[in-house]
Amino acid sequence: MSIKSQKDFFSGLMFMSVGVAFAWGAGSYSIGTGARMGPGYFPMALGVLLAILGAAITFKALVVGPEDGDKVGAFAWKPLVFIIAANLVFGAMIGGLPSIGLPPMGLMVGIVLLTFISSLAGDEFNFKEVAVLSVVLAFMSYLAFVLLLKLQFPVWPAFISG
Amino acid sequence: MDLINNLALGFGVAFTLQNLAYAFIGCFLGTVIGVLPGIGPLATIAMLLPATYALPPVAALIMLAGIYYGAQYGGSTTAILVNLPGESSSVVTVIDGYQMARNGRAGPALAAAGLGSFFAGCVGTLILAAFAAPLTELAFKFGPAEYFSLMILGLIGAVVLASGSLLKAIAMIVLGLLMGMVGTDVNSGVARFSLDIPELTDGIGFIVIAMGVFGYGEIISNLAKHESERQVFTANVTGLWPTKEDFRNMIPAVLRGTALGSLLGILPGGGAVMAAFAAYTLEKKTPLRPGEVPFGKGNIRGVAAPESANNAGAQTSFIPLLTLGIPPNAVMALMVGAMTIHNIQPGPQVMTSNPELFWGLIASMWIGNLMLVILNLPLIGIWIKLLSAPYRWLFPSIVLFCAIGVYSTNNTTFDIWLVGIFGFIGYLFIKLGTEPAPLLLGFILGPMMEEYLRRALLLSRGDWSVFLTRPLSAGLLVAAALLLVVVLMPSVKAKREEAFVED
Repeated sequence: MSIKSQKDFFSGLMFMSVGVAFAWGAGSYSIGTGARMGPGYFPMALGVLLAILGAAITFKALVVGPEDGDKVGAFAWKPLVFIIAANLVFGAMIGGLPSIGLPPMGLMVGIVLLTFISSLAGDEFNFKEVAVLSVVLAFMSYLAFVLLLKLQFPVWPAFISG
Repeated sequence: MDLINNLALGFGVAFTLQNLAYAFIGCFLGTVIGVLPGIGPLATIAMLLPATYALPPVAALIMLAGIYYGAQYGGSTTAILVNLPGESSSVVTVIDGYQMARNGRAGPALAAAGLGSFFAGCVGTLILAAFAAPLTELAFKFGPAEYFSLMILGLIGAVVLASGSLLKAIAMIVLGLLMGMVGTDVNSGVARFSLDIPELTDGIGFIVIAMGVFGYGEIISNLAKHESERQVFTANVTGLWPTKEDFRNMIPAVLRGTALGSLLGILPGGGAVMAAFAAYTLEKKTPLRPGEVPFGKGNIRGVAAPESANNAGAQTSFIPLLTLGIPPNAVMALMVGAMTIHNIQPGPQVMTSNPELFWGLIASMWIGNLMLVILNLPLIGIWIKLLSAPYRWLFPSIVLFCAIGVYSTNNTTFDIWLVGIFGFIGYLFIKLGTEPAPLLLGFILGPMMEEYLRRALLLSRGDWSVFLTRPLSAGLLVAAALLLVVVLMPSVKAKREEAFVED
């Protein structure tokens, strides 16, 4: 037996494991009966259902279809890592990381870092261009989100604004 | 007549300077973001939702509706000019629209899309206004069993009409339902699946899922594509107005598209995407007039019909949401989230308890449609400029909007970590070929479904037959079963696959 559709095979595995995990977790809550459903009742039923669906998808991926169809293909690690990292760094700048003693650095620093890190995800990276872009974005965000919409952000680093 | 009184009330609300301004801002922002390739209405609404937090509820909903139409329309512009569907409902517009643009007829194509959408929007709004009252009456007859069955029908409908593998779509719904379970159980107070993380006892925010899966997931997969796949067609757009001959071809197509779209929009699970596919398929079956350009080579009907259909569908898909409180598709699921943030529980009671909001929203939909035509046809030059900006400038801005949007929803950094995880999951979904829209729908419906199931079974003392002995509920379940049977019939199955794999 060989994998016919890689996409289906792996998505089936994913559904199966998530279903089992939820059903297992639901088992630790009280299940109850139909008339008096406990907190575990509905999630247990869904978890089992998802696991069955996942198994069916995996099975189908092994049996139906042409050999080696539907390849998953290479992961685009570069954009994946940089885009997500940009987001995480932005969060750290806004909220600070008390665990390592990093104070909130504020929106402006966050935007500049986010722009630089996310730009690394693209095909080209031109330092000057990204610098200009980050300043433009920081300025526009200040206008739109802070002045106009009055969203609550720490704008400047905590040690400057006090 | 009631209808006229109601509409008059609605227009009274919508025609205030303030609300007109919000409708305009909504349409404008929606178009700006919607024009960007790869950013569909879902991501657009999720991204712009925080901008409406500070507004009063009526204004916020009016602006959101504007954002939705703007995003929808922006998607068509991208489809025609860039050969890239801005969102899934304009996938078929690409086929003939881009060919028209290449033949130097981008102007008429855009005008056909705009005028067709406007007409369809008018009809859709009227249908919405006419159907809302009787359907609300019906909704008051619904007990928990009926609501549960209706949700089953809705979810099945969403799967059947979605593209791709049926099994995988069902699995995605169940996964969404399960994610909706995370957080404190309302009945027992037990914090479920919270992994001992305090922030998770409130559940996962729908913005986090929408933004992570639709925003970041799509940006990442867009970046993974090669530069050449993102080429923009930047030749001059001259001569906006269609010729007489164009109009002769267009009008029947617009009428057919509107009728089909309105119908499919009401159905649970229907909405803009399916409407557009169905309308294009119908046009292809309608014989060509002598001297008409064949389909796939730049036929104006291939633009006018699906665009009218998707707008009509977008309009009428508000019907189940506003009357029953049940979102028929993922975009409407987001609207539910938006309404709850503004303390409005969508459902039949909105119309009676809050008629200004209800009719004001309906009236503003029509105004939104009008604004789109006014906004888009003259401003097309700006959109083209925006589209020709290099992607390497655009995507950091999109990433920034997402991050700010997520943070400002709850003002917790925890959401930012979580959205990072969902961004990865979203990309994984794309790689595995699983459609994420059903997941979001399931996520919103999950807690509601559990609650209705619990109440229905409590009333029947645990007897499951209650779903079949109550006639309305039985009818809904039979409809759901029929839908499944029909789709699984070999001849229909082949047709369905064919409809979604457009040449």
